[in-house]
Formats: sequence, structure tokens, C-alpha cells
Amino acid sequence: MSGTGRRGRGGGGPHGAHASSPFLAAYARGAADGLAEDEVWALEAHLEECRDCRDRLSAEVTAGAPDVTALVATVWSGLEERLAGTPVMPHRRRPSARLSRWTTPVMAPWLAMTAGVTLLALLLDLLGTGTGETPFVLLLAPVLPVLGVAASWSRGLDPAYELTASAPRAGLYLVLRRTTAVLAVVLPALLVCGWVTGVTAWQWLLPCLAFTSSALALGGVVGVTRAAVSLVAVWAAVIAAPTAAAGRTTAVLREGALPVWALVLALATGVVLARRGAYAVLGAHR
Amino acid sequence: MTPAVSAADLAPTAYAWQIRATGLKVRAGRKRMAVDGLDLSLGTGVHGLLGPNGAGKTTLIRALATVLRPAGGTLELLGEPVGGGGEYRALRRRIGYLPQEFGYYKRFTVREFVEYMAWLKEVPKRDIPAAVQRAVERVGLADRADTRMKTLSGGMVRRVGIAQALVNDPAVLLLDEPTVGLDPAQRLRFRELLQELGTDTCVVVSTHLVEDVGAACTHVVLLAEGRLVFRGTPKELAAAGGPEHVGDSPLERGYSALLQGPGRDGGAW
Repeated sequence: MSGTGRRGRGGGGPHGAHASSPFLAAYARGAADGLAEDEVWALEAHLEECRDCRDRLSAEVTAGAPDVTALVATVWSGLEERLAGTPVMPHRRRPSARLSRWTTPVMAPWLAMTAGVTLLALLLDLLGTGTGETPFVLLLAPVLPVLGVAASWSRGLDPAYELTASAPRAGLYLVLRRTTAVLAVVLPALLVCGWVTGVTAWQWLLPCLAFTSSALALGGVVGVTRAAVSLVAVWAAVIAAPTAAAGRTTAVLREGALPVWALVLALATGVVLARRGAYAVLGAHR
Repeated sequence: MTPAVSAADLAPTAYAWQIRATGLKVRAGRKRMAVDGLDLSLGTGVHGLLGPNGAGKTTLIRALATVLRPAGGTLELLGEPVGGGGEYRALRRRIGYLPQEFGYYKRFTVREFVEYMAWLKEVPKRDIPAAVQRAVERVGLADRADTRMKTLSGGMVRRVGIAQALVNDPAVLLLDEPTVGLDPAQRLRFRELLQELGTDTCVVVSTHLVEDVGAACTHVVLLAEGRLVFRGTPKELAAAGGPEHVGDSPLERGYSALLQGPGRDGGAW
């Protein structure tokens, strides 16, 4: 039934010939005129498809069959008060509901936290306090998106994780979508910081992306939350602690280490693509 | 004229059973084999999955929902083998699943949540509003469709869970403890819905309420310690018990008779 409105666009319709006026008039007056049943079927099949003939039938009914018009009016008046009580579907969707296609609907606090941390780092850099010659943006760049990726896959933060994992869209598609959403928030914030503190974009972008893809690659094996925790530990041991101890930028964050970061990024991306099915089972949400 | 039945609906299926498992083994956690060598073939109808706590009901349903992968044996869903990696997107589009712990987003309205699930299940965009409305009406929540989920009662939340499982018109419907939190009137209504769905869908309902099985299921599957103990109609289950067995109804007596079989001492509970 729902198809008829869409298809009835006037024109000849698939059956070619339109119904003749006397035939329509007889149909409008009812079966007393002795229409053959197969003719009635053919006419009704045609009427479902053909808007022009429906309009003509309606004109015939108004002109030649006042009792039918009266009956339809009675039915409408009976229906109208009940229709008025039916809730109308809202046309406007809330923006938060639309955003849920990119992040889990419970990510908002995490996103606010990211923006806050980045702003704080920027403030500390501008005030000149903190870790000597290493800007905070360099230090934080690898670890911020990892936390975001973990938040979008964690059991604790996503109450509907089991439903999500069972859906057809789970797997690589949702992984990429949610990771893109995380990066869409983190990267602009870091970009502003990098620009203000004068760090080359590659210098923080490559570690940032390499850590993110490693979190996902490792997450396919041991669960994304566990992977994120272990990567944050790696970050603390390899980047944060040496920087704090030496008071200067560690070797892994200098320009010379960039090819290594690129290699890590490429390898991890390869692993994610090869093990795409791993994100569609409950294991990825550990 | 729009045909009421499409050629795809009339085409013969390439499988004899919607669900077919042979020697199926599924792990729960790292070590425990919760489903251990299960042979099962389920076709159209309502299959009640019964068993004591820890019998492997939830693990089996998770494996059928393809969120846990089998550790051994074979599992075929709608004729497609489910085994190693892979995302099974086409297969999952035809499965409806209500997990036992049904998590939801408190700030969403009922309609937004079911719409979101329809999107996750890759329902075509133009069909989503109608499919959502139909699913919400089927569980009797049409008048609450635009209220936030945090204001709903436990039984209503459960019905939203059933609605999201129905939204993609699944060929295999998996419901894990769907009657928890429903009041008696809602349970009656839910049984009617099950009977209606069972005419053309393979419905698997896990439950610990034996009377649910008698009222709504065409078949009973009784599990214990990950293995199949009994498979048959509710009548056959009732016939298995005698007056000497524990229970208030013939079905309960049959249930306890089958679980007391040789080598099975359930302990005090």
C-alpha cells in the first residue's frame, strides 16, 4: 500500500490505456451497474498506479454518487478526533542523537576533558613553566587520542557495548568512524597548541597517529581498554619520564626519530586492516 | 501494481535449518568451556532455551549472535558458516539480538534509541522511520516513543530492548531473558508477540521461567553444563516428569526429572 503513493505519478502507468469515463462513472456508482469482476480488478490495479485516473474517479464520485461522498465524510469526521490525539512524530532530531553515529553517545564528558587538558597545556607553555624546553603539546600529543579511542570502546563508558558489538556496522567501519571522531576533536586542539608554541606539525602528528593506530592494533588482540592502558604506560616510560628526568626533549620526540614513528604507524595500520573482524566480537571491548 | 510478495520472499532457502550447530564449543572467559560439544538444529518457531544457572545459555546465545566465536565444532546460521575472523555484515543484518544486560543511553528518547540501533543494523535510511514506528508499536510503546529512556520503568526498558531487536525484521531472533522485569500482563502480551513472530522467524528465547516455555514456545531446548539434555515440545517435557519429581506444574516436574539424570547432582541449589 505504501508504494502506491510514490509510484502514482500520473502519465500512462505500466498498463498503457486509461479507464474510460463511463467505466469510471459506473464504478463510482457501485456494482449495481453490472460491471464484470475481472474488469473491476483491472480497474483497481490501474487506479493504484495512476494518479490521473484516481483524480477523475474522485470527480465522478463527487458528481454522481452523493451517498459515497456522505459516507466518506462520516468516516473522516469519526477519525479526525482520534487522529488529533495521536502524537505527531517530531521532525527535528536533536543534534546529540545525530552525533551518536560518530561517537558513542556518552563521549561528551571525555571530549570536554580533552579540550580542557589541551587548553591547560597551552596555558602552561605560554607561561613558560613546566618541562623546560619541551612544549607540552609534544608530550601530550601521543596520549590524548589513545585515551579517546579507549573511551569509545570501553565497557564501562558505553552501556550498549554488547548491542554495538553485535551490529553489522561493528568492526572496522565503526572503529574508523569513532577514531575519526576522536581525532577530529584532538587534532585541531593540538594544531592550535603546536602553532602557538612553534613546534613542527610532523613532530607531534606522527607520534599522535602512531600511538592511536597502535592502540587499535593491540586492542584487536587484548581489548582496546587494556591496549590503551599499556600504551599509556609505554608513554610514561619512554616519553614522559625521560623528559622529566633530563629536563630536555628525549630522542624519540626529535626529528631524527620521525621515520621510526612513520614505520610504527604503517605497521599498526596494516595490522588493523588485516584483523578487521576482531572488532566485531566482545573481546575488543575488554 | 506493487506486488505484495517479492521474488526474494518466495525463493527457496539454501538451508534446512536457520541454526545448525555440530559439536559446538564456545569459551566463556579465558578457560571455561561454557558450551561444550553441542549438537543442535533449530528451524522456524519459538525455541525456549532452559537450563540452570551456568548451563551455558547466555554463552550459546552470544555465539549465535556472532559476538563470541566458536572454539570448536561448526556453527551455521542461515546457511552461512560462522567460524574464524570476518565481520559477517550480511548475516548480522538478518539477526535480532537482545542481550541479558541490556545497556542503553539514558538521554535518548525511545525513538532515538531504536533509530540509532536501526542505523547500526544498516536498515536502509528511507525505511528507518517506518521500521522504528512499527517496532515501537509492536511492543506497545507508541505513546511513550518520544520520552527519554531514563524516565521509563524497568519493564518498559526491556520492551525497548525487544523493539530494537525487531527493528530490522530479523530471520533469527535471539532474546536473552526477555521477560525479566515484565509484569504479568506484559508477559502475557509478550507471549502473544512471540507466537506471532514464531510463524515465520526462528526465535530463540532463553529463560529460567518454565511457565513461559509452556505458554509461548513450540520447542524446548534444555541445556546443562554446556550440553544438550533434552530437545522436544513442551508436551514431551511435561511427559518426562512423574509425580515423584520436584515441581508445581507438569513442566517443572519434567524439567527437574531431566536434570536429575544419571551423573548429575545439582547440589543444594
